[in-house]
Amino acid sequence: MARQTPLNAVHRELGGRMVDFAGWDMPVQYSSIIGEHETVRTAVGLFDVSHMGEIEFSGPGALETANKLITNDLSKCADGQALYAGLLNDAGGFVDDVVAYRFSPERILIVVNASNKDKDFAWMRARAEGVQPVDRSDDYAQIAVQGPKAVGLVQRLTPVDLTPVGTYRFTEGPVAGIACIISRTGYTGEDGFELYCAPGDAAALWRALLKEGEADGVKPCGLGARDSLRVEMKYALYGNDIDETHTALEAGLGWICKLDKAGGFIGRDALVKQKAEGVKRKLVGLEVTGSGIARHGYPLLKDGQRVGEVTSGTQGPSVKKPIAFGYVPVELAAEGATLDVEIRGRAVPVVVVKTPFLKKK
Amino acid sequence: MSSIPENLKYTQEHEWIRAEGNRLVVGITDHAQQTLGDVVYVELPKVGATVEMGAPFGTVESVKAVSELFMPVSGKVVKVNEEVVEDPELVNTDPYSDGWLIEIEPTDSKQVGELLDAAKYGELLKAE
Repeated sequence: MARQTPLNAVHRELGGRMVDFAGWDMPVQYSSIIGEHETVRTAVGLFDVSHMGEIEFSGPGALETANKLITNDLSKCADGQALYAGLLNDAGGFVDDVVAYRFSPERILIVVNASNKDKDFAWMRARAEGVQPVDRSDDYAQIAVQGPKAVGLVQRLTPVDLTPVGTYRFTEGPVAGIACIISRTGYTGEDGFELYCAPGDAAALWRALLKEGEADGVKPCGLGARDSLRVEMKYALYGNDIDETHTALEAGLGWICKLDKAGGFIGRDALVKQKAEGVKRKLVGLEVTGSGIARHGYPLLKDGQRVGEVTSGTQGPSVKKPIAFGYVPVELAAEGATLDVEIRGRAVPVVVVKTPFLKKK
Repeated sequence: MSSIPENLKYTQEHEWIRAEGNRLVVGITDHAQQTLGDVVYVELPKVGATVEMGAPFGTVESVKAVSELFMPVSGKVVKVNEEVVEDPELVNTDPYSDGWLIEIEPTDSKQVGELLDAAKYGELLKAE
């Protein structure tokens, strides 16, 4: 039986088409993936992301303990700041990608992928030197409010001045009278917030956002649009684009790995070695120049030989062309390099392009 | 609710056919397009290709998924809807008319009798 978020009944009432996602019963779309995608690019959309996991480190030493587990450096940021980071295995491959929130040196919250939550929690417990993590996933529902009209919408519902809450900053306060963590984060390439609240308050918060956002053209959005939005930005999806077998450097996520931070992190030595020896394969952006859509798992070919595979791909609703990404040998990773993708037995030309695919104005 | 026109025949895989003289027009049903969601790519055979009953003859792709198309009956492709290749959304907006896919000359018109009528297809959808 798939697990349900506190918004499950609301999704059904609103006509969400429900699918199993990582063991959760989630809406893939309400009306149309393309329509929901466009709403997020031009107005504002709501996503239920309550299935994500939250793991907390609290008490003296929380910062030091958490910081050794993640690749980015929480000691360099301020309270009220969040960081995108990796949890790596000893070989430098991804155990997960996460967002770490620094409330204070004594309270760190790490938000992990739903599909990895139990694995991550066990991994953290086994490796945490000092403060032990606590699984707080059942204490939080999470709603992502994304799009150019998201900030205005949330601001109208809260007395907290959101002006100082810049990108990857967060604050706490009531939204529509409901206690929330208000975080200027998201995974769509648009401005917006992720709101964390108590599960029992999630339905009321969702309805308040829908009502207040009516004039903005707000729409509830499903995981389908979330996927096409993040592909256009070349944001990685765990299990597709990043996993335990590909390193952070190969994935182009070296920027979230602070190799010289005090105390280091798990997987650091493997990355240092790989950096010195040179990365052999890279995750690149691809545009299909022939006819067809490249999808996850399709082989990438050079002169008929398999050299890699597509990790994510779709018809980009905003860029209006088929886009994909995948791992290729480094000698084929330069912008302009040409390859083929095998689509149902046909070799279809693709070219390596600069990412993100969507150029923001 | 999906629309199921009375004058068509249907497959278990959600294709329809319509007789036009001695030719048959093939498309996918309203239910199929609803299930797929936004259709963004359609791949069809070339005019002159031979197609076999029950065998795949092309694909439709939505943002999320790829679906194979299966021939309701055997025949030779005599016309391909180029407009739907250019504008795949027609499959969503008008699955029974402008969103048609191919036209064939059947090799064995008796095969049509093996397909589902509207009532039987309706029952199939209810059971799904």
